[in-house]
Amino acid sequence: MRRKLLAGPYLIWMIGFIIIPLVLIAVYGLTDKNGAVTLANVIAISTPEHAKALWLSLELSFVSTVICLLLAYPLAMILRKRNIGRGSFIVFIFILPMWMNFLLRTLAWQSLLEKNGVINGILTFLHLPPQSLINTAGAIVLGMVYNFLPFMVLPIYNVLCKIDDNIINAARDLGASFWQTLLFIWIPLSVPGIISGITMVFVPALTTFVISNLLGGSKILLIGNVIEQEFTRGSNWHLGSGLSLVLMVFILISMALIAKYDKNGEGTTF
Amino acid sequence: MKKRIFACTLAAVLAASAALTGCGGSSGTSGSGAGASSAAGGDSESADAGEVYVYNWGEYIDEEVIDMFEEETGIHVVYDMFETNEEMYPIIEAGARTYDAVCPSDYMIQKMIENNLLAEINFDNVPNYSQIDPEYIERSKAFDPENKYSVPYTWGTVGILYNTSMVAPEDVPTKWMDLWDEKFSGEILMQDSVRDAFMVALKALGYSMNTTDETELAAARDLLIEQKPLVQAYVIDQVRDKMIGGEAAIGVIYSGEMLYIQEEVANLGLDYSLEYVIPEEGTNVWIDSWVIPANAKNKENAEKWIDFLCRPDIAKMNFEYITYATPNKGAFDLLDEELQNNKAVFPDIDSLKNCEVFRYLGDDVDSIYNDMWKEVKSK
Repeated sequence: MRRKLLAGPYLIWMIGFIIIPLVLIAVYGLTDKNGAVTLANVIAISTPEHAKALWLSLELSFVSTVICLLLAYPLAMILRKRNIGRGSFIVFIFILPMWMNFLLRTLAWQSLLEKNGVINGILTFLHLPPQSLINTAGAIVLGMVYNFLPFMVLPIYNVLCKIDDNIINAARDLGASFWQTLLFIWIPLSVPGIISGITMVFVPALTTFVISNLLGGSKILLIGNVIEQEFTRGSNWHLGSGLSLVLMVFILISMALIAKYDKNGEGTTF
Repeated sequence: MKKRIFACTLAAVLAASAALTGCGGSSGTSGSGAGASSAAGGDSESADAGEVYVYNWGEYIDEEVIDMFEEETGIHVVYDMFETNEEMYPIIEAGARTYDAVCPSDYMIQKMIENNLLAEINFDNVPNYSQIDPEYIERSKAFDPENKYSVPYTWGTVGILYNTSMVAPEDVPTKWMDLWDEKFSGEILMQDSVRDAFMVALKALGYSMNTTDETELAAARDLLIEQKPLVQAYVIDQVRDKMIGGEAAIGVIYSGEMLYIQEEVANLGLDYSLEYVIPEEGTNVWIDSWVIPANAKNKENAEKWIDFLCRPDIAKMNFEYITYATPNKGAFDLLDEELQNNKAVFPDIDSLKNCEVFRYLGDDVDSIYNDMWKEVKSK
């Protein structure tokens, strides 16, 4: 009885802020202005503009995820090798920027990349030609990688920490080279962390609209921007919800992946 | 178990504070402590309790004015803010929270009138209405044909801002079509909102910015697509800071930003200046006006509030804070001559002859605009 009482607030939270909003999105997404049930809002994803925005989002978030993985895996290995505990300073430094508002950090990148920004200022000082960095797809990918990298590092790091040193030593004793150990020991044992990291990066990158607005100059339309505009400018909540339902498919796929590969919840972020 | 509950509570608190800071503080009561009696459910006594629920744009009033109003009338002001007309509309429509005085823009007022959301103002209770320049009352007829529902609060134009050091004297823009000049490739900032962007293209083509003709709209869309490679970015409020920072040579901007820009350029001691042009094809003259929703519970207090804002000294205070042009003749007369002659803020009536006020075109036409804008943005 007492336990139930304690769970009460959590239950109210879940119902009020997770379940009801989800149901509302489904209701809006599957009805039209007059309240009639329709699939038109979901099918609207196939119009050229929406399909292109979705494809571009998939492309950019895929690239960001791959870059994050390539950066994060060696970093996690280094962190583990130095035998640093969970509360270690390096990990702390890594998490520190996440305490600052995500929007502010992205705005900071804007002033770094701008035409008269910090990076071009340094280039000009060194008598190098200034680059046009901002308002490109590259700038968006940079913003995604920067903002979501910790979400890749931490789960991989957590999984790597749990690998017994003896297993690695045994592999090396039996004559496996570094690359063989990496390929046949490290990576297979860290799959839960990798999968968890991939979804933690891919899903927010797929749905972002702030990064593409600030660093892409709104010239590059991602699916997140389309949905945002339907809600805030176009006042077409039905279409916005319908497109959100399509995006939810990708989120469900990633949840299924986690469930398949990370059965014991090893690849948690924190 | 205990630990987990704590973690959940912590997460809840964190998420709640994130949500609060995230939405830009869109709600808040006025600073003064005059009315501790403003319980949320007190509508039974609200008629004589002396309250007025005001819903206005963010940073759209000198906060001191609220205190002065409370002191002079004893009416307690509950002051909330919105960021876009589109965000305000469903709140008034749903009526979950009733407001007594709201300050939307022209086309949105028309939409509210057409959907019977507004109450007629009793102008006997608004004697200072006589201070409003008849010019703007006349222009208000575009969205409020009989001038029954609205009292103009601020107005302005949309024009081209250019950087004198990046634009050669012979290239100084005079018309919208100059935004298609290849010389400015990568140096153009466009407005990132449907109607404003289409206004530029429609006016450049010589059409009305309130057109509902699909061939005209398609032509405007194609023109915007043609312009896209030249555009540096589509932005809204950032035009101001990017132009001050010298990021772009030329941009589309609301005239209301000009006083701030001129001050900032002077303060920073920049070696260039930023000049404002009203294009000769004509532009958008926008008017934000006070209206009273049909479900207002304190209509007379709302009229007192609107009357107070029309008082010349108060309108002058608000003008100095907001820096958007005031339609208040009395307040205009109180200003320094230098400010009165600032053509960016108070343009000559002649230069406005081709200008129009945005009209609400109906949901169906709105969705045509939105779809076409999406086509432009996804190219």
